[in-house]
Amino acid sequence: MTDKSTDNLLLKPSRPVGIVGYGAYVPRYRLPASEISRIWTGGTGGVPIQEKSVPGPDEDTATMSIEAARNALARAGIDPEEIRAVWVGSESHPYAVKPTSTVVAEALGIVPFTQAGDWEFACKAGTEAMVAAMGFVGSEMAEYALAIGMDTAQGRPGDALEYTASAGGAAFLIGPAEESVAVIESTLSYVTDTPDFFRREYQKYPEHGQRFTGEPAYFKHITSAAQAYLDATDTVAEDYQYAVFHQPNTKFPGRVAAQLGFSQEQIAPGLLVPVIGNTYSGAAIIGLTAILDVAQPGDQVLMVSFGSGAGSDAFGIRVTERLLERRDLAPQTQAYIARRTEIDYATYTRMRGKLVLK
Amino acid sequence: MEIPRHWRLKKQRYALVGEVCPHCEAKIFPPRDVCPECGDEAKTLFEFSGRGEVYSYTTLHNAPAGYQAYAPYTVALVKLEEGPMVTAQLTDIDNQPVEVGMPVEMVTRKLRAEGDDDRGMLVYGYKFRPMELQPLAAAD
Repeated sequence: MTDKSTDNLLLKPSRPVGIVGYGAYVPRYRLPASEISRIWTGGTGGVPIQEKSVPGPDEDTATMSIEAARNALARAGIDPEEIRAVWVGSESHPYAVKPTSTVVAEALGIVPFTQAGDWEFACKAGTEAMVAAMGFVGSEMAEYALAIGMDTAQGRPGDALEYTASAGGAAFLIGPAEESVAVIESTLSYVTDTPDFFRREYQKYPEHGQRFTGEPAYFKHITSAAQAYLDATDTVAEDYQYAVFHQPNTKFPGRVAAQLGFSQEQIAPGLLVPVIGNTYSGAAIIGLTAILDVAQPGDQVLMVSFGSGAGSDAFGIRVTERLLERRDLAPQTQAYIARRTEIDYATYTRMRGKLVLK
Repeated sequence: MEIPRHWRLKKQRYALVGEVCPHCEAKIFPPRDVCPECGDEAKTLFEFSGRGEVYSYTTLHNAPAGYQAYAPYTVALVKLEEGPMVTAQLTDIDNQPVEVGMPVEMVTRKLRAEGDDDRGMLVYGYKFRPMELQPLAAAD
């Protein structure tokens, strides 16, 4: 086992695949971290981000997925009836039983001849759906598959998570490489049973597994997946113009980038957590949408997600000429971030249903 | 309203799907299978662009059952760019002043829960928000 080559760890479809269309969504409300600190710590102590996005009272993972997917389809310019899978990754599906994906498929006119399903793997459910979509298209079973990662994350009031748990995400229409704005060359996953973060059924808020969050979970899985991917593809950090890592706070992705030899400039365009918070299933992939908004043909992008429980998916992505023709057909991710209404903690508690009314 | 009715209305609610008259080209919303302009049969489906402008509006402070969580909120008559007028809630407006003629675009949002707020089926449908997020280019 020790001299096992990393080559066969790569997942590489026999038919080349890529991103035919992509779209982001961020709700317009922002809760500054200083507001949470004011309520719970008397305004003392550091805060992990500047502010986080908060969904409006009429928004949930289904409505946000619909808007991101509409943006992805606007960029792709294909007939929705050609899509054979709608997969939504989230840890905040509106129902415990009843798919989010059928609502999304219905709203986009993809029904009825399609796969539809909801995925859950903490913060990497969206990239899990992307890998499956690669297989679906790469095997030539389907021309197009829609993979979405979207969350309206909840943190217990006063908990460290409350500063960052936010809302947003992205949708990717996966299809043949020749129609793609960016080709996904290959992917690799690294997964173990690590109890860093979990939420039991019927519980409103998640729990942290003692001190598992940093080293044994986030850093171990991202660096292992990324390093194995770099080894298997015989590439190094300098071969990539951009990189995006799961972003639960401002500090972690910066540190993991440095450990892997990536510069802060390489991760800057995709590092959105300081201004929108941790969008969980959307976190790595919404960073990718912001990168695609500024990338040039030929640029190489490394994306590595992380989901608690725990695992990481690494992707090597190459931007094509087609991106320049397609990317202005939907609003840019930074336009969603610029659209901003600041709220206070009281408004936040009302919007997020934290007040007991009956 | 009951679940079967929500189910029947989902196409028009989720994506603003109406009809176009094959005889006089009139765009019809909500769909009614008979053209209100020429009186002939009109069953061809037509998906509206979702763009329009506020024709008139009012703000509700005493919300009906099921909508209290959103009060106060504004309901508008929106004139779609294809012609028909629809009644819908405005969203994402905060304290912005609403004006007659204000450009708006359709979004699919949660309307309410059917029956019990915590246990009932979620009803999704169109609302309109100020048009502020436009793509930089239009499709061919």
